[in-house]
Amino acid sequence: MTEIIVVTSGKGGVGKTTTSASLACGLARRGKKVAVIDFDIGLRNLDLIMGCERRVVYDFVNVIQGECTLRQALIKDKRLDTLYVLAASQTRDKEALSSEGVRRVFDELTADGFDFIVADSPAGIEKGAHLAMYFADRAVVVVNPEVSSVRDSDRILGLLSSKTLRAEQNNGQVKEHLLLTRYSPKRVATGEMMSVGDVKEILGLDVVGVVPESADVLAASNAGIPVILNEDSDVSRAYEDAVARLLGETVPLRFVDEPKRGFFARMFGG
Amino acid sequence: MGLLALFRRSPPSAHVAKERLRIIVQQERNARGGGPDYLPLLRRELLEVIRKYVNVDPAAVQINVEREDGQEVLEFSVALPEKAR
Repeated sequence: MTEIIVVTSGKGGVGKTTTSASLACGLARRGKKVAVIDFDIGLRNLDLIMGCERRVVYDFVNVIQGECTLRQALIKDKRLDTLYVLAASQTRDKEALSSEGVRRVFDELTADGFDFIVADSPAGIEKGAHLAMYFADRAVVVVNPEVSSVRDSDRILGLLSSKTLRAEQNNGQVKEHLLLTRYSPKRVATGEMMSVGDVKEILGLDVVGVVPESADVLAASNAGIPVILNEDSDVSRAYEDAVARLLGETVPLRFVDEPKRGFFARMFGG
Repeated sequence: MGLLALFRRSPPSAHVAKERLRIIVQQERNARGGGPDYLPLLRRELLEVIRKYVNVDPAAVQINVEREDGQEVLEFSVALPEKAR
């Protein structure tokens, strides 16, 4: 069975594409057959983060409009055998996507035996974001511990519970997960940043991952190597944990405490 | 003054952020259908009834639905003007 995971947030710049790339790699590294799709039509970026920008011949819109086959447009990752990237179109606008077209692509991936489809949503709440979440079974809501990001993600939660196929057909909820990025245990300890517990309490979501703020993220995007593949990085370990949790494993949270001052653990309510 | 300032430390900004978000998120959830759709009408009618007796300001009537431990609580408050008391 194919599971469709949308990576979404509402607000831009919080780490959706970084997260999509890393989760897709992590799932593929565990032997799952994964397609990661860029829904940000007109502002293609996933290809850069995945490091396959020079191999894009056909894109998502070409497939939807019947200008090529899905097989021609899927870019096979050079590092992981079971990972495929579907790039966004750089020249069209988001109106080129249609719900019928997206469904056809998802159906074909399902028939092809893919285990996971990771939909990298654009920022905002318009058509691209809507279609990225519409068919989802699960949502990874990427949030920075910061007021505007938290508020926007709550708006997205509202849409997930009303404007998705599952909601419309009364077919159970889209399963929602919280993934915090740019988390700084040090600043949480000094009271300058909301804690995992705070954000969890406000949004009422399960935490699937906490990714620490790190220079490794920029280094990874500079190089076009998803950060989860950088074995020396805490960010990689944090995403690896998130992948494990998505697959149903119970893994304790790491990188949420400042190492030296253990008593701050008290500050994390949950 | 220096000594007083020690005792009057403002709350950490993360705490302020959390409180602000708690309120605005709750409000927005109610507004987008978190609460029953009769709330705006209920509020208007209540206001009319109250105004038969006390001349309150429209903004003085607040209605909120809160969910706690699986229970729904309809909370409603009227701030009376000074003279009416």
